[in-house]
Amino acid sequence: MSIAAIRPGLPLATINPVAKIAATVPLSIVLVLTLDAVSAAVAIACELVLFTAVGLGRLLWSRRTLPVWIAAPLTGISMVLYGAPSGAVLWDFGVIHVTEGSVQIGIATTLRVIAIALPAVVIFLTIDPTDLADGLAQTLRLPARFVLGALAALRLVGSSIDDWRTLSLARRARGIADHGVIRRGLGQAFALLVLAIRRGSTLATAMESRGFGAPGARTWARVAHFGGREWVVIAVGCLVAAISAAAAVATGSWNVIWA
Amino acid sequence: MTTRDASSPGAASVVARGWGWRHGGRRLPAVQGLDLEIRPGERVLLLGASGSGKSTLLHGMAGVLGGDDEGEVLGELLVDGRPAAAARGRSGLVLQDPDAQVVMARLGDDVAFGLENLGVARQEIWPRVRAALDAVGLDLPLDHATAELSGGQRQRLALAGVLAMRPGLILLDEPTANLDPSGVREVRDAVVRVADETGATLVVIEHRVSTWLPSVDRIVVLGAGGGLLADGAPEPVLAARAAELRAAGVWLPDEVPWRAPARDVSAGRPLLTTEGLDVARVPGSPVLRGVDVTVDAGGILAVTGPNGAGKSTLALTLAGLLHPEGGRIEPSDELARGLRGEPWRWRSRDLLTRIGTVFQSPEHQFLTGSVRAELEVGPRALKLPADERARRVDELLAVLRLERLAEANPFTLSGGEKRRLSVASALATRPRMLVLDEPTFGQDATTWRELARLIVDLRDDGVGVVAVTHDDVFVDAIADRRLEVGAVALPSGGGAR
Amino acid sequence: MHATTASSASTARTGERRLRWRVVDIVVASVIGVAVGVVFWAWGVVWGPISAPIEALLPGLQAAPAAVWLIAGVLGGLIIRKPGAAIYTELVAAVVSALIGSQWGGLLTIEAGLVQGLGAELVFAIFLYRNWRLPVALLAGAGAGLAMAINDLILWYAGAAPTFAIVYTISAVVGGAVIAGGLSWLAVRGLARAGALDRFAAGRELRTV
Repeated sequence: MSIAAIRPGLPLATINPVAKIAATVPLSIVLVLTLDAVSAAVAIACELVLFTAVGLGRLLWSRRTLPVWIAAPLTGISMVLYGAPSGAVLWDFGVIHVTEGSVQIGIATTLRVIAIALPAVVIFLTIDPTDLADGLAQTLRLPARFVLGALAALRLVGSSIDDWRTLSLARRARGIADHGVIRRGLGQAFALLVLAIRRGSTLATAMESRGFGAPGARTWARVAHFGGREWVVIAVGCLVAAISAAAAVATGSWNVIWA
Repeated sequence: MTTRDASSPGAASVVARGWGWRHGGRRLPAVQGLDLEIRPGERVLLLGASGSGKSTLLHGMAGVLGGDDEGEVLGELLVDGRPAAAARGRSGLVLQDPDAQVVMARLGDDVAFGLENLGVARQEIWPRVRAALDAVGLDLPLDHATAELSGGQRQRLALAGVLAMRPGLILLDEPTANLDPSGVREVRDAVVRVADETGATLVVIEHRVSTWLPSVDRIVVLGAGGGLLADGAPEPVLAARAAELRAAGVWLPDEVPWRAPARDVSAGRPLLTTEGLDVARVPGSPVLRGVDVTVDAGGILAVTGPNGAGKSTLALTLAGLLHPEGGRIEPSDELARGLRGEPWRWRSRDLLTRIGTVFQSPEHQFLTGSVRAELEVGPRALKLPADERARRVDELLAVLRLERLAEANPFTLSGGEKRRLSVASALATRPRMLVLDEPTFGQDATTWRELARLIVDLRDDGVGVVAVTHDDVFVDAIADRRLEVGAVALPSGGGAR
Repeated sequence: MHATTASSASTARTGERRLRWRVVDIVVASVIGVAVGVVFWAWGVVWGPISAPIEALLPGLQAAPAAVWLIAGVLGGLIIRKPGAAIYTELVAAVVSALIGSQWGGLLTIEAGLVQGLGAELVFAIFLYRNWRLPVALLAGAGAGLAMAINDLILWYAGAAPTFAIVYTISAVVGGAVIAGGLSWLAVRGLARAGALDRFAAGRELRTV
């Protein structure tokens, strides 16, 4: 796991992260508004095609997208078992009512989770945190102090991971590692928090001593550009959203969630 | 980087008149009634006992102490005639912890950070970044990952970040305390080079005087509660105040705080023997191979070697905390006392009475909210009866002079106190063997002396001590035997001698 | 700021609350958010595979352990004690989760963080950012839990039966109160005693040396 910086050769890496995130917005909205299998399936198809075409095909099945592939069917199963009942009853057990309707909902939910989450996860894997900070501060003009403060805090993750490993070893050395995993885990998490916050306070002092947070305008050493390529990416996002919505409406399966 | 352009008006002066500062959460001020004047271009070494307010003064000069809601200020502290907080950018501060000063993921971005904050135009930023990196001797590409830098390199990076801002005042708060000897030299040389080239005023806090003595022209000593104790040229001050400085934990040049009395080093009974041991942090990539070493009861074994050679990994493996990658570790019957198998297989509770470990950073070992409870953790895990626990704890509190602090939270202790506590808690369960990882790291001379004495006393009691250290003075003063591990892999035997 | 009079302390002691965020506020809030984001990911890696099948079968109780993620907002609010602290900290935790790769996908993870942080923030706001004691912490956790439940039920469990929805909501609120509210409050006390919060009011309250 590296949230430090991504490999520069990755496709889409140089596109402004703001554009990449913006590209996922129309599709998320469309898919959230409806609960049906057609729009989700069409969206997934478009996504697979596009990502493979751009060269990100490998990421679709990586360790980082695994949570999506696991969570989707599980959410679907929840719905199959506990979804709003309608149609013929297939199985009844206590509070569980498996019906034709709930099975449909389950399938639609599974596809929907994949359709919304997959592109977002893959796209985020191409986002370098520093570029994201630049995009948020320069393109969206969010307050620079907050954006950069958060970026700096990200630096401390590496030290915290090292700390966690050493903390585990220390607990073994102090004689308490034989049992009580949860209590030990909580204690370790607390110790980690103490160390991280102290390091954060020192980092804050170091940043202040380099002029951070002082009054006066700041300049940017790196440019966050927003040009043709960014608009293309956003347009593609809108297109996929439109196609999915159109397919659902055309086949009559558009099903607004509050209906 | 040899010219100072018109935008930087040269070295800064510092004037303190009756200055004092009280942190918000404390009753007593850290510094009070300080009158001090530092002329532009001077190089000052700031000394004093811990608690004398050196760091506070330095942070005050950098203007980062905080506003009215964080504490109370008395008198005035002016940099170039203006209050310090308004003069940010005129001064640069380098702190002790190499990990807590890196702001950005890439080298060049980190150095450019200060320039961005000061509003320097983009076309000027990158040339200054490159110049600053050259000045500190960091000859790496601008997109090099900061996470992959060593401690010494990170401190030089922090210095470069400060330098790029072209400050008139360079402030260094124990910049080399957390570094190994080669890191110390790198950073010291970089600072001196920078000071020579820019002519900036320099104020350094460090307790090892010999590191900086040749490069400073004035020594200022602060007293407890924050007034001036001494101020003047280096040699006279050191000569006149030697006793006080020694008591304050300062390392006077060419002095060893303590040396163990010479004795017959006869081979003791072996406690642990290794044969062809390979050690690794990450399974599959060994950092040391083929180590053959024996740990004897009643002896001190020092493990030395360059940074990254795997000394710590070896220590943790000997202590039974890490899984060896290959080879064998054989505990003697005296050590194992009925247990079978290698130490890493033993239960955590069984390790307590056999092998104790003291980690490089004491804070990783703290489990509780008070010193007393901390010392009780081991005895409690052994299920000792309450009166036995109390006896052991009281004994340790007395021996390590921690009585006053029995109810204090371990994280709030000073550096030396934390170190003593971490050693004490390992001793509470009376292990036959003790492994210490860099015990003198970042410690002042007083704590150093205490640790040395303590370890020698343990040895005389029959405990087998393994100390991983890059402190050659420590090795010379107390070690009986020495194992040098190299970073270069030798054909068959890994560099163990 | 460096007045030449000795009475500048009076402004500090009369309790004039500075609402502007200092650099240390921003960085520490970010550190908390980052830490919780990472811990939540690690928790998911360890706990997820074990519990996922179980959770799928339980009617709605899976909301309770998910409350771990809500800790960021409440903890941030209790330590920084300035308007926006809960939202900001929760948002940072969400962004970190998204960068590592959460199962909900980047944008909606961030949106969830925003909504959850808002849940806690509203509670702190109701108490006018003056009360930071245990009951308020528990309520803030409950608020964040409620927000999480509403968010998830609308977006992810849109076709759920009423029973599921009710159980989910209740587990989220209770889990939020206990885990996010209670644990955070305990953590703040521990952190203050350990001296980690000396630059904050939360620390100085509990520890005057």
